Amino acid sequence: MEVPDQPLPAATFDDLALPLFDQLYNFARWLTADTAEAEDLVQETYAKALRGFPSFRAGTNFRAWMYRILRNSFLSTRTGLKTAIDFKEDDPEISLLAESSTPESLLLEQANRQMVQQALDELPVHFREILLLCEVEDMSYQEIAETLSIPAGTVMSRLFRARKALRSLLQQRLGGGRHGV
Amino acid sequence: MACEAWRGKLDAYLDGELEPAEAAVLGVHLRGCAACAADALHRVQLKRSVASAGRRYEPGAALRAKIALHGAKPQRQIGWQWSVLVVPAALVLIVSVATSLYMSRENARRQRAYSELADLHVAALASATPVDVLSSDRHTVKPWFQGKIPFAFDLPDLQGSEFALLGGRVAYFAQTPGAHLIYQLRKHEISLFIFPGAAVETAGLPSGAVHALSFNMETWTQDGLQYFLVGDVAPGDIKTLSQLLRAGR
Repeated sequence: MEVPDQPLPAATFDDLALPLFDQLYNFARWLTADTAEAEDLVQETYAKALRGFPSFRAGTNFRAWMYRILRNSFLSTRTGLKTAIDFKEDDPEISLLAESSTPESLLLEQANRQMVQQALDELPVHFREILLLCEVEDMSYQEIAETLSIPAGTVMSRLFRARKALRSLLQQRLGGGRHGV
Repeated sequence: MACEAWRGKLDAYLDGELEPAEAAVLGVHLRGCAACAADALHRVQLKRSVASAGRRYEPGAALRAKIALHGAKPQRQIGWQWSVLVVPAALVLIVSVATSLYMSRENARRQRAYSELADLHVAALASATPVDVLSSDRHTVKPWFQGKIPFAFDLPDLQGSEFALLGGRVAYFAQTPGAHLIYQLRKHEISLFIFPGAAVETAGLPSGAVHALSFNMETWTQDGLQYFLVGDVAPGDIKTLSQLLRAGR
């Protein structure tokens, strides 16, 4: 589709940005694990997006742009800097061959919402964020790649690792009940 | 292709990222292979669990208000910058454009609010238990709300009119609990919602009759409370009920 390569009229900022408010807050709260920090982060994101909006080009994915601003702002906060230390680049060559379905995977059915939330909390930020973008925000791999500023191939391998890590955390938590199954 | 190879593509398939042709072949394989189908099912379950667990946090009303104000700022700034540069006639134009932008945003917000109320109305009627307190006696229904909602309201006696009170339940609008009463008129149900005015202010609803989503609605403010009537009956019936409710107090 041909999209005019010119700045969008300022009036559309509200129309585009305000509907994302609830999701952005949810994402910010997951990243920061703190209500006050999440609120500051969302405000900072909107302030930056507003300032940067005149240079925003039609045809760019607005949602990915907003999330990228939020995430970059987060990475420059004190909490974000701390989490970035143990951040390692994924190996895009990782084999995506999943291990075959194990009996443990049946246990996942028992995982309740709270358990999944705790497991997500425990995941490293780069795993947590990609799972949230994919499952909660329902973003395509391309949108995730734009948001996280990583190649599309890395999206796939990081998602694979993130899911594996989540499954393993849930299996650990459910491990106690394994003998009863 | 062997199952092992397919399983490497399952995540991309379930994420909707596989090429259509390949997805179609994998779909056929899944229908014929119980082991791969079971694996796919577990992955879908994990996806669903994360999607549900991930929707966890809701922003507070204060932050919402701040962000909404924030978004409105640049238009005013733009108007200000222009007004310095151009003659007052242009200022008038800018003000009218800003007003229409504001009005259209208000309209969209109002539309969302009405849709939400219509949803509440439909959801209650579709529920197996449309009312939590089932009584046509206002002296039973009104006290039931005590301690459940942060305000008190008066219910006029409509006996003798063609409107019958069926009961009530607690409803939430703009994250605020309020009263939801259901009246019946000739097999048609009409919802009466009562919310604190402060909560509704954020939704920006003016008084008056509205026709939205095939429902007729009427809203008014009384003693700091915002009243809404929603139903599929004729506008005249909504009007009559609103007059009875207003006059009965």
